[in-house]
This record gives sequence, C-alpha cells and structure tokens, in this order.
Amino acid sequence: MTDTNDTRPHMPLGLAKRGYTGVIQHLSAREAGSALSDIELESRLIELGFVEGARVEVLHEGLVGRDPIAVRVDSITIAVRRREAMAIIVA
Amino acid sequence: MELPLLHLALVGTPNSGKTSLFNALTGSRQKVANYPGVTVERKEGFFVTPQGRQVSVVDLPGTYSLRGRSPDEEITRDFVLGKASGETVPDLVLCVADSTNLRLTIRLLLELKRTGRPMVLVLNMFDIAARRGITVDVERLAKELGLPVVTSIAVRKGGTADLLKLTDEISAKLAAEAEANSWRALSVAELRATQREADRIIADCVSLPARPDTWTARIDAVVLHPVGGLLVLTLILFVMFQAVFAWAQPAMDVLKSGFDALGELVQATLPDGLLQSFLQNGVISGVGSVIVFLPQIILIFLFILLLEDFGYMARAAFLMDRIMGGAGLHGRAFIPLLSSFACAIPGIMATRVIDNKRDRLTTILIAPLMTCSARIPVYTLIISAFIPAKDVWGFINLQGLVMFGLYAAGIASALAVSFLIKFFMLRDYAPAPFMLELPDYKMPRLKSIVIGIYTRAKMFLVRAGTTIFSMMVLIWFLASFPQPPVGATEPAIDFSLAAMIGKALEPLLAPVGFNWQIAVALIPGMAAREVAVAALGTVYAIEGGKEAAEQIGQVLATKWSLATALSMLAWYIFAPQCASTLAVIRRETGSWTWMAVTFAYMLVLAYAASLLTYNVAVALGAG
Ligand SMILES: Nc1nc2c(ncn2[C@@H]2O[C@H](COP(=O)(O)OP(=O)(O)OP(=O)(O)O)[C@@H](O)[C@H]2O)c(=O)[nH]1
Ligand SMILES: [Mg+2]
Repeated sequence: MTDTNDTRPHMPLGLAKRGYTGVIQHLSAREAGSALSDIELESRLIELGFVEGARVEVLHEGLVGRDPIAVRVDSITIAVRRREAMAIIVA
Repeated sequence: MELPLLHLALVGTPNSGKTSLFNALTGSRQKVANYPGVTVERKEGFFVTPQGRQVSVVDLPGTYSLRGRSPDEEITRDFVLGKASGETVPDLVLCVADSTNLRLTIRLLLELKRTGRPMVLVLNMFDIAARRGITVDVERLAKELGLPVVTSIAVRKGGTADLLKLTDEISAKLAAEAEANSWRALSVAELRATQREADRIIADCVSLPARPDTWTARIDAVVLHPVGGLLVLTLILFVMFQAVFAWAQPAMDVLKSGFDALGELVQATLPDGLLQSFLQNGVISGVGSVIVFLPQIILIFLFILLLEDFGYMARAAFLMDRIMGGAGLHGRAFIPLLSSFACAIPGIMATRVIDNKRDRLTTILIAPLMTCSARIPVYTLIISAFIPAKDVWGFINLQGLVMFGLYAAGIASALAVSFLIKFFMLRDYAPAPFMLELPDYKMPRLKSIVIGIYTRAKMFLVRAGTTIFSMMVLIWFLASFPQPPVGATEPAIDFSLAAMIGKALEPLLAPVGFNWQIAVALIPGMAAREVAVAALGTVYAIEGGKEAAEQIGQVLATKWSLATALSMLAWYIFAPQCASTLAVIRRETGSWTWMAVTFAYMLVLAYAASLLTYNVAVALGAG
C-alpha cells in the first residue's frame, strides 16, 4: 500500500492524542507490555483489522489517563487500551 | 422422495445480524441488540424453503476467528469444526457479513474456507450499505471468493428472499461439494496474509464513499466526551430509576384497584370459609400483590432494550472501562452487569464474552448484587409504605431518590466486593486487554422493542402464575393450618404451622429487627425475590382476618417500625434470594464451590448490613 506519511516519525498508537490520524507501519507486540503473549496480542489486533497500511484515527479518549481510546480503523471503530495500542506503530 | 434435513449454520463477526437473520428465517424471537456479543449460546430453529426443503439452522455467537478465545467463541468454533459432541457438521455455512464493514468478515471467511464446508457469503444490512452509498460488485466478489454471494436485509419483510432461493439452488447439488477440513489455528503470518487478501478483494469489488456515518460521529462527540460522556451515563441511569418509580405509578394504581375490586367481589359472592380465604388471601393478596409491579418491570426493560438497540451499551463499556478497572473489573463486564439490572441470569450468561477466566468469575460473583427487577416489588412496597412522597429541591421525587440510593448501594457494594476479590484472591492480577468494536448507532426498531417487552412481560406473568403461585399455595396452607381450636381468642394464624416456623426462626432474625412474619416470608423468598412480597401479603391478610381489605403497604406501615423497614431494604440489597441465579452460577462456573461461595458471602453481607442498619436506625430513634 502507498504510504503518504513517509516523512513522519514512527510512533506507537498508544501515545497518540485525540485527533491523530496516520497509517499503520507495523505491529510490535513486544513493546506493549500487555498481559497477553506477543503472538496472542498480535493475532487479536490483526483480527480487529489493525494491519500494515490501515488508516487509523484516534476519535475519543477516556477520562482516567486518557484511556482507553476509540480508534477508527478504516471503516470501523474499535476501543482499545493505550497499553495494547503501544503495539501498533503508526506514522 | 423425502430429502434429509438440510443443516445450516450462521457464522460471522459479532453484530453482523446473524440472530436477526435467524429470526427472519425461522420466525423465532431470539435476542437481537446493537452491540457485539449478544448471542452467547447455540440455538437451533427450523424452516421450509420455497421449494419445500426442510432446513435446520443454527445461530451461533459472533467471532472474529476460529481460535475460540472466550467461552462463546469456543461454541462457534466447536460447532463449525464438528467438535461439539453429538453434533453433525453443518451442510452449509452461511457466513453473515455487515455490508458496511466487510474487512473483518472477509478475513474470517477466508479462514472458514479452510474448514472445507460449503459456504455462502450473506451480505446483510444491505439497506444501510445502500443508504451510505456503498456499492458492492456481487458477481465479482463471488468470483474472487469462489463461492455464492447473496445480499439480505434481515430486518425487512422479504429481505431474505434471495437467500431462500439460493438455499434451494445449493441444496440440490450439495453432496459433491464438501472438501476435507484443513483448518488449524492460523499463525500470525497467515492471519496477516488473509487480512491482506481480504483487503485486496474488497478494494477490487467494493466502492466505499468517503462518507462515514455522520450521525454516529455527532452523537459520539457528546456521548464519548471524557467528562460529558460520564455525565450523560449518570443522567441516563438516574432518569431510568426515577422513571421506574414515578412513571409507572398510574398504571400500578389501576392494577391495584383492579385486584381490590376482585378481592371484594370474591368476598361478596363466596361464602366464608376455606375457598374464600384461599382466593382472597392466597391468590389475590399474594400473587396479585406481585403482578401489580408489572408496569415497573416493563419500564426498566424498556429502558435497557432502548439502550441496547440504539447502540449505547458498547459506549458505556468504553466510558466505564478504566473506572471499573480501579475496582478490578474488566470493561467488558459492564454490559453483563447492566443487563443484570433486568435479571442476573442473562447477565451471568453474558459474561461468556469475557475471555479472561478471572475477570469472568469476578463478574459472575458480583452480578447478583446488581439490583434486578425482582427486587423492585420489595423495594417499592417498603418505600411507598415508609418514605413520604414529597419532592426534594422541587423536582426530584423523594421515593425515587431512595430507589436510586438502593441501586447505587447495589453498584457500590458490587464494586467493593470486586475490589476485595482482586486484593485478596487474585493478587498477581495483570489486567486483560479491553478491545471492543463500537458499532454505528441504529434507530431502535419498534417491532423488536415490542417483542422484547412482550417476551419479558410474559416471562414475569408466567412466573407469577407458576413459581410464585405455588409458593403462595404453600404459604396459604401453612398459614391456615392447623385451624385454631373452637373458642380461641387469639388470631387464627397464631395456631398455624407458619407461625410455628416463623417463631422458631425469630430469635435468629430479631437482632436485625425482623418479626416472625418476615421470617416466614424470607424462606419461600429463596425461590424468587418477589415471593417475599406475596408471602407478606398472604400472611398479613390471613392474620388480619376479614376486615383486612387493606393494601399490604398500609398494613406494613402500621405493623413495622421504620427501623425494621430500613433493615429489610438493606437485607434485599445483598441477600441471595434467588434459586435460579444460584443454579446458573453453578452451571456457568461449572462448580458447586463458587455457587456456595456466592450464597455464603451474600448471606453474610445481608445479615451484617441489616444488623448495622437496624441498630443505627434504632439508635436514631426510628425503632
Ligand atoms: N438496518 C438493518 N439492521 C439490521 C439488519 N440486520 C441486523 N440489523 C441490526 O443489527 C444489530 C445486530 O443484530 P444481531 O442480529 O443481534 O447481530 P448478531 O450477529 O446476532 O450479533 P451477536 O449475537 O452479538 O454476534 C441489531 O440492532 C439489528 O436490529 C439489516 O439487515 N438491516
Ligand atoms: Mg446474535
């Protein structure tokens, strides 16, 4: 897929603010420190459509610690905690 | 020649309309709502195709893959793979997709193809897709996927005609098609590859306008606002509990006077004696006093159904995730807990969507603390007898406020218990992830709301006619026999078995301010909470004799102290007074131990809370 954001620095989606839009570069479950194993976390993220090249937008954030976040992934909205979103590297 | 039954299975991502389709095909009334994870059980139904083929169709819980991470997803996996014991594998799998959101379903479908089962892709919710300007090249999609594709609108009359026609066509040439099952859990690389492939196919066959659902975005801007969203949630709950109290009153009054008139009629037409007493005291004062609460029960269900159909539940879970996390609860626990306001049993079943075992167990243990609709009769009866119906701050009904307080007490104690579980038992607890699809809002459908209410109201009335009625017969019998000796001056009930049992238990309950009549009511109240109301109705009606044409509420106001009434309310916040809930806990946890734990901890809490309430109230002069 073409990546229009080549110039932007890569960052984990878990650090993105509300209103952020970007494209998924890769998944890196090791970075997330989730309770799930790396493979399990990565599998779940892929099953929810978080794959390389998907467009994401942070639509909403919760009150406590701005967590969880509601992310638009292409055509659907998914709620995830920032901890797990750390595994999604975007730019 | 009679063809063998054709077996279909409905598989697809959560919230894609599988159950709606199941209902449309079979004419059933299974629960449909706008959030992922509504169906947690396998349900079979039957229909006949236009060409007369007998078909069995199985509705399954939604899933994003066949890996089976939570109990509900395991049901789907086992059924599709034919692992479920004594089950035939489906002849044809209907993979149901939400047409506005094909990515995840097409990925699932590519995975499902490996099971070798003949399959059809059903593009459901095609009406919404059309409204949004999404166009799908159905023929091309079918060619790319190598299987038949059909569109459907499950919630519209005739919306499944194409699917029915296709079923006939396919069933004619099925046998040849089934292939060997080559499915095994997909590796991460394979998952990624299937998603890529799905995205490629979609890019080729579907044109998406850059026009997401603007309504959803607008509503979410308010409803998911970090602060505003929580205010909205509190307001919704507050209005819900106020309404249960205030809005239902006129309808309840009508029912009440109806039963009064019936009682008078019985008294006037039947001769004095056992039959008159049975009808008047057992049936009308007993069962009638529970049925009076039907309007309140309908209201609470109406609220919950509206929230579910609108699509609010997933949002509430989002808002509450971190807040509940502080008490050791998972965000996914919110929906089961909120449904427990209606009844703990579906609430406990709904915990199947929680994949982490500990999170699920904690949720099951505290679900019965949520104020279920069966407590409403008890609360309402006592509140209207003891709390004056005045307004505070000009607009809030004091009785409604107390009701809200009782709900709040239930929620607070549930959170506290969950916190203690986390603190003492599950110390090495690592928070399981929270990942939840937030579906687009949908206008609640009048038909499904009406059906929902009708089913619930019917259940309530059937219960009143069976469980509650049979308990009432028992209580009436216990309270009427043995009959007093001739010439006795004390009330007849003092000689009865009920009085003996009640008085034997009284010393145990005296510290919490309960008299023997309450003790008698609490035991059958184990079968179902409302029974206590009916039992009090019967016991006091028999005790009062013929003059006691009064409503049970008025009787209580004269017989109980305020302290006793408050103690009774405190008791009902906690007491495990519901045999069916305990049975479901036993089934869902697969262990008698957890059932016993629930029973014991709730009983201890109930006694402690009543003891405290009673003594504080007496000390403050309410004794
Ligand atoms: N407009 C429209 N709405 C639909 C259609 N099919 C289903 N819905 C709505 O979509 C929502 C989800 O429907 P369900 O039938 O509960 O979905 P499900 O796939 O059984 O969901 P789970 O049991 O959670 O997996 C409900 O609000 C339905 O009213 C359709 O064809 N058109
Ligand atoms: Mg369903």
